[in-house]
Amino acid sequence: MKQRAILLLAGLGAGLLCLPLISNDYVLSVAILFLFFAYTGQAWNILMGFAGQLSLGHSAYLGLGAYVAAATYFHFGIGPWASAWLSITLCAALAGAIGALAFRYGLSGVHFTLLTIAVAEFMRIGFDHFAWLGASGGLFLQVSRRDQIDLLNLRGTPIMFYYVILTLAGGALLLSAWLSHHRTGYYWLAIREDEDAAQALGIHLFRWKLLAMMVSAAMTSLGGVFLAFYYNNLFPEQVFHISRSIEMILGPIIGGIGTLFGPIVGAAVLVLLADGSTEILAAAGWDVPGLKQLIYGITLFVAITFLPQGVWPAIARKLKVSK
Amino acid sequence: MSIDLINLTNVIISGVLTGLVYGLMALGLSVIFGVARVVNFAHGEIMTIAMYAAVAAFAVLHLDPFVALLPIAASFFVFGYFLQATVIDRFISRPQHSQFILLLALAVIIANGLLIIFGADARHVQLDYLLDSIEVGSLLVDRGKLYAALVACGASASLFAFFYCTRTGTAIRACADNRAGAKVVGLNMKRLYSIAFGIGSSSAATAGCMMILLVDLTPGAGPSYTLLAFVIVIVGGLGSMSGALTGGVLIGVSEAVAGLFITPSAKSMASFALLIVALIFRPRGLVVRRA
Repeated sequence: MKQRAILLLAGLGAGLLCLPLISNDYVLSVAILFLFFAYTGQAWNILMGFAGQLSLGHSAYLGLGAYVAAATYFHFGIGPWASAWLSITLCAALAGAIGALAFRYGLSGVHFTLLTIAVAEFMRIGFDHFAWLGASGGLFLQVSRRDQIDLLNLRGTPIMFYYVILTLAGGALLLSAWLSHHRTGYYWLAIREDEDAAQALGIHLFRWKLLAMMVSAAMTSLGGVFLAFYYNNLFPEQVFHISRSIEMILGPIIGGIGTLFGPIVGAAVLVLLADGSTEILAAAGWDVPGLKQLIYGITLFVAITFLPQGVWPAIARKLKVSK
Repeated sequence: MSIDLINLTNVIISGVLTGLVYGLMALGLSVIFGVARVVNFAHGEIMTIAMYAAVAAFAVLHLDPFVALLPIAASFFVFGYFLQATVIDRFISRPQHSQFILLLALAVIIANGLLIIFGADARHVQLDYLLDSIEVGSLLVDRGKLYAALVACGASASLFAFFYCTRTGTAIRACADNRAGAKVVGLNMKRLYSIAFGIGSSSAATAGCMMILLVDLTPGAGPSYTLLAFVIVIVGGLGSMSGALTGGVLIGVSEAVAGLFITPSAKSMASFALLIVALIFRPRGLVVRRA
């Protein structure tokens, strides 16, 4: 069983590594989108899937991470090799502050979720009026020489971006796998299943929930850095918007909350369904704004109604590998 | 009275009137939560459907939103009733987060469905008397806002009458106060939850018909109304009916007054700041409900 899983994983990894050799720019852009969703989904899954805290405000970390890295590049010319650390630190600190307030005052359920949304919305409107960062007009990074690869400053070809996000997604998977088999993961699991029982066993709820928030936020912020340098433009209306947070949670929910491969499988399903179908329609001359999001919504609705465990556990049983 | 004071009083009056409409919208959210324990993340989106219905009734049938109000409110009761009875009901015993996600999915479907049907352009209802003002001494009261607030008051009053003077209303309150007890005395919970959701949708729809007189409408307006409704019910106490109305007026006034001092586009920041503070320090609301 374990051998099977390792074999499958190795096959998948090798396939993804070789993908740029056989694909064109379009396939590559879809693959980048898939890996991006897989990565941010993995980050969100740490907080919700492992520790059981529903955040609908992860766009706050995505946006803050993106803006910190983009602003240091835009204003001081310092690349993400340095600013990514600042992004991580600031996002972990923000998550720590939110978590400390929320868990100190015992917020849970809908109150915690609303707090995360409120913070993200507060930041969206705040950045909309932050003139130094372009305010609502957006922040644009200079697109210089797409053919030359400059990894430290994250400037280069789509193939470079592909390998960067593949590394991030792979790293996130390894980190999640390690955490889930580590003491931390078991503590989170206990908290997710029953907070009172976990506390009775002597697990320090405040400390471990806070850690989940900070790890999840730090991972999400790196996704933001990638986003900023891949698209070269940032608008508070987009990057901090609640629909960003919803996009992030789609993969893990469709794939299976709390599983290691759920976010990846979910992201693949989502990208194939939504982007595939809108591309086909666009090619046929039907360009309908909102259609992609409508498909996201319907997929989410169907998944949560009929497959509350996600598609991955079912696939895993078929493939005879463990979740 | 000095000019500034008159100006401030006018702004406050306008805030109270808008706040009453907000209050009716939030009342719907509060009833749904209080009874069915469903956190309606699609509340603002349900309201935007009603707003589009009012726009369409006005554009096609030349119906004044004050007239279109009745059929729209009635059909949204039916819509809410069946939404709860067929879709949401099976989530009652599931973990809370999956219920949130279900309603979030509905919200995404509604917002983008409206975008596809009506396009991204802003819509509004053009009625001559909306531009009139009534002069009371040196104060000016916006006529459209006044009528909207009167309707919101009427609708809220009839809801209170329903909950306190009818058998079904009393049963619903019993269900909200003590689920197990209500079950023991043989109340049909599923039906009562559905009625509650119907009433909640219908309040949102009524508020929507009034709101379309005050603001321009775009398909993406839903999330901000949902959040506004949450700000109000959290400030007023989730599940409390009078809290929702008080919260609505409070938020209406604070938004209007904040608009005097900071740029209008930043004024909802004040509401979110208030929500964050309220969540942390008074998660049960400013008006504490007696047991």
